[in-house]
Amino acid sequence: MTEKLVIIGAGMASGRLIEHLVAAEPDAYDITLFNAEPRGNYNRIMLSPVLAGDQTYEDIVTHDDDFYASHNVTCRFGERVTAIDLATKTVTGSDGLPLAYDKLVFGTGSDPFMIPLPGHDLDGVIAYRDLEDTQRMMELQPRQKVVVIGGGLLGLEAAAGMAARGVEVTVVHIMGHLMERQLDEAAGYLLKKSLEEKGVTVLTSANSQKIVGSNGKVAGLILEDGTELPCDLLVMAVGIRPSVALAKEAGLAVGRGIHVDDQMQTSIKDVFAVGECVEHNGALFGLVAPLYDQAKVLAKTLLGEEAAFKQKPLSTKLKVTGCDLFSAGDFAEGEGREDIVYRDPARGVYKRLVLENDKLIGAVFYGDTADSNWFFGLIQSGEDVSGMRDTLIFGPAYQGGTPSDPLSAVAALPLDAEICGCNGVCKGTIVKAIEGGATDLGAIKATTKASASCGTCTGLVEQVLGATLGDDYATPAAQPICGCCDLTHEDVRRLIKSKELKSQPAVWQELGWKTSNGCHVCRPAVNFYLLADWPTEYQDDPQSRFVNERKHANIQKDGTFSVVPRMWGGITNPIELRAIADAADKYNVPTVKVTGGQRIDLLGVKGADLPHIWADLNKAGLVSGHAYSKGLRTVKTCVGTDHCRFGTQDSTGLGIKLEQILWGSWTPHKVKLAVSGCPRNCAEATCKDIGIICVDSGYQVGVAGAAGMDVKETERLADVSTEQEVIDLTVAFIQLYRENAKYLDRAYKWVAKVGLDWVRERVVHDLAERARLIEAFELSQSVYRKDPWAEQATEKAKNFAPLADLTLEAAE
Amino acid sequence: MSWIDIGDVTDIPLRGARLLKTHLGCIAVFRTAETEVYAASNTCPHKGGPLSEGIVHGQSVTCPLHNWVFDLNTGQAQGADDGEITTYPVRLEGTRILIDAASVTRLSAA
Repeated sequence: MTEKLVIIGAGMASGRLIEHLVAAEPDAYDITLFNAEPRGNYNRIMLSPVLAGDQTYEDIVTHDDDFYASHNVTCRFGERVTAIDLATKTVTGSDGLPLAYDKLVFGTGSDPFMIPLPGHDLDGVIAYRDLEDTQRMMELQPRQKVVVIGGGLLGLEAAAGMAARGVEVTVVHIMGHLMERQLDEAAGYLLKKSLEEKGVTVLTSANSQKIVGSNGKVAGLILEDGTELPCDLLVMAVGIRPSVALAKEAGLAVGRGIHVDDQMQTSIKDVFAVGECVEHNGALFGLVAPLYDQAKVLAKTLLGEEAAFKQKPLSTKLKVTGCDLFSAGDFAEGEGREDIVYRDPARGVYKRLVLENDKLIGAVFYGDTADSNWFFGLIQSGEDVSGMRDTLIFGPAYQGGTPSDPLSAVAALPLDAEICGCNGVCKGTIVKAIEGGATDLGAIKATTKASASCGTCTGLVEQVLGATLGDDYATPAAQPICGCCDLTHEDVRRLIKSKELKSQPAVWQELGWKTSNGCHVCRPAVNFYLLADWPTEYQDDPQSRFVNERKHANIQKDGTFSVVPRMWGGITNPIELRAIADAADKYNVPTVKVTGGQRIDLLGVKGADLPHIWADLNKAGLVSGHAYSKGLRTVKTCVGTDHCRFGTQDSTGLGIKLEQILWGSWTPHKVKLAVSGCPRNCAEATCKDIGIICVDSGYQVGVAGAAGMDVKETERLADVSTEQEVIDLTVAFIQLYRENAKYLDRAYKWVAKVGLDWVRERVVHDLAERARLIEAFELSQSVYRKDPWAEQATEKAKNFAPLADLTLEAAE
Repeated sequence: MSWIDIGDVTDIPLRGARLLKTHLGCIAVFRTAETEVYAASNTCPHKGGPLSEGIVHGQSVTCPLHNWVFDLNTGQAQGADDGEITTYPVRLEGTRILIDAASVTRLSAA
């Protein structure tokens, strides 16, 4: 007996359902297919290649008129179902006539989510969902402008497709990196880089504020920071929501999607749902693989066979030419799991595996996705991978046989394998040099030039040394920054400059970090190197700073903080002193102490009070003294010619000038200055990082003193006759230190490494270099010479308060 | 489990933490990745350092006082240090952070 089957929605899931039904039992059902779009089933996920011009619409039609005709499917395309009566088992289309069914299937799919920004209803604001949207994008002419909101799979495919047509595309993404659900930051960085190479402008951490138009048509997008992005078309690709309005109206159980059981039946007998409109065990579905599984299960259910839908791990591939990206399984949740990260900076490859209980549960690949199916198989099968854990990330070619030690991959390389890409040196050349007597890295560099240019192959060269010499090879003493990488501080600094690395993910990826985002040792160092080398391009990352620099106060052993306002050159006045006294009273500060740097320390302030005490101090004109920073601390002075009968110059005035030029600057370690008005040296200038002694004829500028773990007298950099020369030499010295020293080396340690002559050559003798250093310092100070307290006390004050307080709610 | 909404994931800086005040004391809520959060005791078992002020890396946090490192999945101290912090079930629904009600309100129910 032929039953009447009515299907609402001709999408990919219901299309697959029809294929299964007509293949298994062609006469079981008399099918009527409604579709709101004026066409039948096409391969929606191939719209991106159509947009990019790689395919045409005709190429992606799954079911043409002949298919429907030959299987007696009654097509009611371009027609919406307006009503469903579950009691009488009828649906009503736009003709107003009830149509009876025995079985009803919802395949209503999903609706694109449109952010309700002001202006979202202007003409030219579209989603990326169907052929109409695609055609709209294809109508754009080269050099027209388009903004895509959303840096997920769909948004990026749209962006790349339009960019391939010569359209000027800007992607606006609210999160810190692209495709944050599928990718971690390093892979997101690589993806951003290759999209930018294709001409797409990518803005991350960008909040949209409003869409502006003229004459009812879109004209541009305004971001919260005020940036204006003019555009001729605006595409929102920020996600989809199951289309459930019709099901809800009919009275089906609906959550975020239409609730179905394992047999795809809804809460009502004889009514089923399949595809993106479905919610199964709390999950929604947007990728095609589970939809096809659902279609298969539903076909069996409709034919009276046993079947049950089970959720499986999913994988994603980005369909953008030249961006090889694969992501599968789960790497966002789970207890007790571990990461394996592999990076090949030279090839732009990033691979990350996530293991849990000796099983592979997630994988992200960028740049080389050749083995992705093998890994996806391991995720799906859930087999124990502990036996091949050490070599797992190298893929199937490296499995089986004896477990390999870290050197075996290098040992197994053929002699003609290239080791040093910069100088074209292959393994055989290096082995020959080793056999000829070159037994350390320096000798290899000198004889073969391997690792003598960019240095990224240094680790590989050392492995060739190790594999060739065996126990005779002593690993060099140069210590890497930490366990996250193989490079020294000096190497990382040099590579950040030479390879123009301007973000932390760029450093992690290009320099082969072994962890996903560093650790508490390398992150503060890398953050400093980036902001010192690229002050206007790199955004300082507070989360990569030690608590004191993040909170702009010194943490004490009981978790309270100390607050030290700046006193320029050690000079204060009654207004400031009253403000400090008032703050000490108001915030119950237990200890008020005069510091060795000629200012006042308020000790024992609670973390939550910090923004408030700062705001109060700001009102009296007091700013942060940076008593917590690897940066300029104080400029200590004596009273000089103002009051002292021995004073030879205005040491107080010069100290204040220096402090006002230098304050706010970040340096590898703290920097303390002093200016003494005469050789009696009351400001103790001869044990500072930079100490100036005023004499009758001018100024003696000393550097590289210390009075901490080591005590060391300053060394004379130069004698000069004017204040301006003192300022120039000081600024140039600090900038040279900022550009070259290892993080956490005080100036005296750095000078001991490079030699005072090297420093003097650049700061004193080479006037062009001195001018460059001063200019570079000023550029950096245009960003950093400001009071962090003022900023923290206002816009960031909420970060000092708890996220939530459950003690209040529980009291009810 | 019943879950309590304690805020939005975007209110916590990436690789940072915010405090949650409860009757059991302060709990640190960590954001280890764009869409990944953990909750654990704010107090280091070594010298009581405030873990929410530590540097967050991978799925670990380093105590700001003496650099003890804790795995936020297990609460176990890493490396040579021996210690443990309590962890609390927490999950994301969309961008909202939900914490297991039972685990943070045990005492208040009494």
